[in-house]
Amino acid sequence: MGDLPPYPERPPQQPPNRRTSQASQRQHSQDQVQPPAADPEEGQQIAPDARRNAPGWSQRGSLSQQESLLMPRAFQAEEAQMGSMEYPSMNTGFPLEFQPQAYSDESRIQAAELTTSLMQRLQQGQSSLLQQLDSTFPEPPVNPLDPFNLYQTDQFSEGAQHGPYVRDDPAFQFSPSEMGFPHYSAEVPEPEPLELAVQNAKAYLLQTSISCDLSLYEHLVNLLTKILNQRPEDPLSVLESLNRTTQWEWFHPKLDTLWDDPEMQPTYEMAEKQKALFTRSGGGAEGEQEMEEEVGETPVPNIMETAFYFEQAGVGLSSDESFRIFLAMKQLAEQQPIHTCRFWGKILGMNRSYLVAEVEFREGEEEAEEEEVEEMTEGGEVMEAHGEEEGEEDEEKAVDVIPKPVWKPPPVIPKEESRSGANKYLYFVCNEPGLPWTRLPHVTPAQIVNARKIKKFFTGYLDAPVVSYPPFPGNEANYLRAQIARISAATQVSPLGFYQFSEEEGDEEEEGGAGRDSYEENPDFEGIPVLELVDSMANWVHHTQHILPQGRCTWVNPLQKTEEEEDLGEEEEKADEGPEEVEQEVGPPLLTPLSEDAEIMHLAPWTTRLSCSLCPQYSVAVVRSNLWPGAYAYASGKKFENIYIGWGHKYSPENFNPALPAPIQQEYPSGPEIMEMSDPTVEEEQALKAAQEQALGATEEEEEGEEEEEGEETDD
Amino acid sequence: MDADSLLLSLELASGSGQGLSPDRRASLLTSLMLVKRDYRYDRVLFWGRILGLVADYYIAQGLSEDQLAPRKTLYSLNCTEWSLLPPATEEMVAQSSVVKGRFMGDPSYEYEHTELQKVNEGEKVFEEEIVVQIKEETRLVSVIDQIDKAVAIIPRGALFKTPFGPTHVNRTFEGLSLSEAKKLSSYFHFREPVELKNKTLLEKADLDPSLDFMDSLEHDIPKALVPSLAYSPSILIPELPFFQDGRRM
Repeated sequence: MGDLPPYPERPPQQPPNRRTSQASQRQHSQDQVQPPAADPEEGQQIAPDARRNAPGWSQRGSLSQQESLLMPRAFQAEEAQMGSMEYPSMNTGFPLEFQPQAYSDESRIQAAELTTSLMQRLQQGQSSLLQQLDSTFPEPPVNPLDPFNLYQTDQFSEGAQHGPYVRDDPAFQFSPSEMGFPHYSAEVPEPEPLELAVQNAKAYLLQTSISCDLSLYEHLVNLLTKILNQRPEDPLSVLESLNRTTQWEWFHPKLDTLWDDPEMQPTYEMAEKQKALFTRSGGGAEGEQEMEEEVGETPVPNIMETAFYFEQAGVGLSSDESFRIFLAMKQLAEQQPIHTCRFWGKILGMNRSYLVAEVEFREGEEEAEEEEVEEMTEGGEVMEAHGEEEGEEDEEKAVDVIPKPVWKPPPVIPKEESRSGANKYLYFVCNEPGLPWTRLPHVTPAQIVNARKIKKFFTGYLDAPVVSYPPFPGNEANYLRAQIARISAATQVSPLGFYQFSEEEGDEEEEGGAGRDSYEENPDFEGIPVLELVDSMANWVHHTQHILPQGRCTWVNPLQKTEEEEDLGEEEEKADEGPEEVEQEVGPPLLTPLSEDAEIMHLAPWTTRLSCSLCPQYSVAVVRSNLWPGAYAYASGKKFENIYIGWGHKYSPENFNPALPAPIQQEYPSGPEIMEMSDPTVEEEQALKAAQEQALGATEEEEEGEEEEEGEETDD
Repeated sequence: MDADSLLLSLELASGSGQGLSPDRRASLLTSLMLVKRDYRYDRVLFWGRILGLVADYYIAQGLSEDQLAPRKTLYSLNCTEWSLLPPATEEMVAQSSVVKGRFMGDPSYEYEHTELQKVNEGEKVFEEEIVVQIKEETRLVSVIDQIDKAVAIIPRGALFKTPFGPTHVNRTFEGLSLSEAKKLSSYFHFREPVELKNKTLLEKADLDPSLDFMDSLEHDIPKALVPSLAYSPSILIPELPFFQDGRRM
C-alpha cells in the first residue's frame, strides 16, 4: 500500500486516527501478502470486507469501526513480514504521484490492484476526515501517540533497510515511516524526504516537557537568540550558564524593574547630591526672621546675572547648570571663611571637568594650612643638607676618588607668598556642583615654568600624575593650578578706569619700577560706552600681574644665598660662583591696556564683539582672547566680568610637539685620573692567561732551581 | 544638529561653554526653515560655528533623502542670509593645508603664501618665489570637510541601509542604552567607510550589513574618550563637533 514512500511525504502532524488507519492499511497489505497463494482468497476476503465497508467509508463514523476491526489483527501481524517489501505493494496501489519502488514485487501488484480503488476511496474518505482533524490539531502531544510507540519501536527494531528513505536517528521514537499517511489530496505537493525529516524532527522538539509548559524547541530558540544578540566572546564555555539563565528567565519574567536600576544609578546618585544643594542650611524655614537674615550680604556674587550677560555674548553654560553652580558656591561660602569669591570658570577634562572658584579668605584664616606645607619643605631641605655632609666624609675615605659631578641643580626659586603675585587668590575646584570642593595648593615658580613647556589635557582627577617631558613637578592638581595662574595672568581684564592704583607714594619708590601689585576699585568709575569698548583695545586693561619667565610676578634673584646654604659646603660654592649673572626680569606693569599685548603671528591677540548687532543700544561688549581660547570678558555700563571655559591650553598655530629628551650626557672626561678603556675580550683574556701561565711555569722552574739550591743549602 | 531640535540640542551641548546668544538662536531657527524650503532639503543640520577675527562663520548643512550622500554646505555671517559653498575637492584641501592661523572672518580675504617653485628655462633651473593666493572660502570649505571626515560621528542604529542603496534615518531608534553608550564600538564615523573593506572575514561575520556599514570608532588612533554622559543617552547626536572654534591648523 505504499506506506513508506507516502510517509515521508505527508506532514508529520498526524492525528492518532491516522495511525490507526495506517495500521489498518498495513494490515490490509499484510492480509493481502501473507498468503500470496491465497491471494484470490484474500481478495475475496477483503473484497467483501471492503464492500461491506465501502459504503461505510463514505461516512465518517464507520471508519472507526473499520479501524477497530483491523486493530486486533494489526497487533498480531508478523513483524518479520512488515518489511519494506510490503510497502511498495501499497505503493503500486496508488498510481497517483507515487513512484514505484525498485523492489516492488510484481506478485503483489495484482493483489494490490484490487484494493486500488478501495484505497483511493479510503484515501478520499480519510482526506475529509484528516482535514478536519488537521484543523483542530495544534501540536502532536506525546501521550496520544504513546500507545503506538511500542508498535513503532518494534517495527523499528527490525532495522530493515528502507533504501532511499531518510532514516532518522534510531533514538527518535518517531520515524518518517510511521508518520506517513496516504495522501488525502492529490493537489498537495509532496514534500521532499529531507523536508519531511526536518519537519518530523521539529515536531519532536516541539513537544512540551512533562513538568512544565516549555518545549525544548522554544528553549533552544531562546538560547540561540540570546547568544546571537549578545555575541559573547567564547560562547561554548558560557553555554552552560547561559542555558541556566535562559531557563530561569522563562519562568521568571521581568515584571519588576530590577534590570533597570543598576544602569541608572550614576545619574541617581548625582541627583541625590545635587538635591542637597537645594535644601536650605540651618533647618527649615522659620518664618520671616530667617528670610531677613538671609537677605543680608553673602560673598557669593550674582552668578545668574553674570550668566545672563554671558549668554547674550554667546558664551557660557546652560542656565540650570549656572544655577547649580551658584548653589554650590553658596555651599562653599558656608563651609569656608571666605571674604570674596568669584566663579572663575570651567576647565574641561577628558573624563570630568573642573569648576573653579576664585576665593579670597578673610584675614588670618588661611595661615594654618600654609604652615604645615612650609614645614614639610623645610624638613626636606634639612635632609638634603645632611646628605651633602655625609657625602663629603665618604669621599675622603674612598681610595679612588670618584670625580664629582660638576652639575649643580639650579637654585630653587622660592614661591610667592600667599595673597601676592600668582598666589593672590585661593582656588577651589569641584567636578560637579554638589560634589565637595577641593582646595588647590599654591603654585610654585618651577611649576609655572614647566607648565609652559608641556601641553597635557586634564583627566578630571586631581591626583592623576602628569607624565611628560620635561617632567612636571607635581600631579594634576599642581598642573591645574599652574594653568589657572597663567590664564588669570593673561586674560583677566577690566574696562579702563574701573580699577585704579591706590595712592601711596612709598610703593613706587621701594619697588623700583618693578610695578605695583595692588589696586582698588575706583568709586568714580562711570562706565565706558559699549561702542567705545568694542572699538579700541586701549579701553581694556589687565588687572592681574604678568608672570615673568622666572615663574613669579615679582622677580627674585636666585643667586642670593639664604642662611642655610651658606652654612653648608661653602667650599664648593665658592668654586662655582661667578659664571651666572641673572638679569632682572621685568614684565609689563599692572593695569596696562590690552592694546599693548603682543601679537600672535601678526594677528591681534584680542577680538571684540558687540553681543547683538541688531540692537546696539542694549547690547554688551564682549572681548575674546585669541591667545587663550575660551577666555571671555564682557562689560556693560558699570558691570564687567571675566570667565574662562575651555580646555586650559594656550593657542598655538602649530601642532604641539613635545620637547625632545636632552642629548645623552657625557660620562667622565678622560684624564690622567680616569681613563676609559674597553674591557678585554674573552680571547684576549685567554691569551693573557696562557702567557701568564707560561711565564709562571718559567719562574717556577727557576724557583725550583733556587729552592733546590736553598734546600741544599739548608740541608747543609 | 537638526533644525527641528535645535534648541534642545544646544542646551545639551552647552557643557563646553560654547553657546548661542538668544538673538542668534532666534534668527537661526527662522532662517534654517527658509533654507530647507528654498533648497528642498530633506533635513537641514546646523553644523556649527567657526570663529574668525573679524566675524564668525555659522555653518549649516543640507541633506537629501540619502543620508550618506555628499552634503551641501552653507555659510552665513549673520545667521539670516545663507550662501552655498562649493563642494570640497582634494586640491582645495591640499592647497589650504599650508595656511595656518585663525580665520579672518571675511570670505573674500586672500591668504598669501609664498612657495618656491622650480621653473625650467631651457637648461637652467630657477627657483622662483611664487606667491599663491588662497581664498578664505576655499580654506573654509576644506576645513569643514576635514572636520567632518575626522570627527562627525553617529551612534549605531541611527541609520540603516536598504538593499536599494540609500541610507535612511531609523525611525525606531530610541538611543543607546547606558552600557552601549560607553563603548566606542557603538559609534560610527558619519562618512563613506574607508576601513570596512580591510576587515577580516571573521570580523565581517559579526556585522549586520544593514546597520554596520560605516567605520567604527574603535580602531581610531588616537583613541577617543567617550565622555561620561550626564544627560540621558536616548538622544540622537548626529553632529558632535559643535565645539569647533576655528583654531585648527
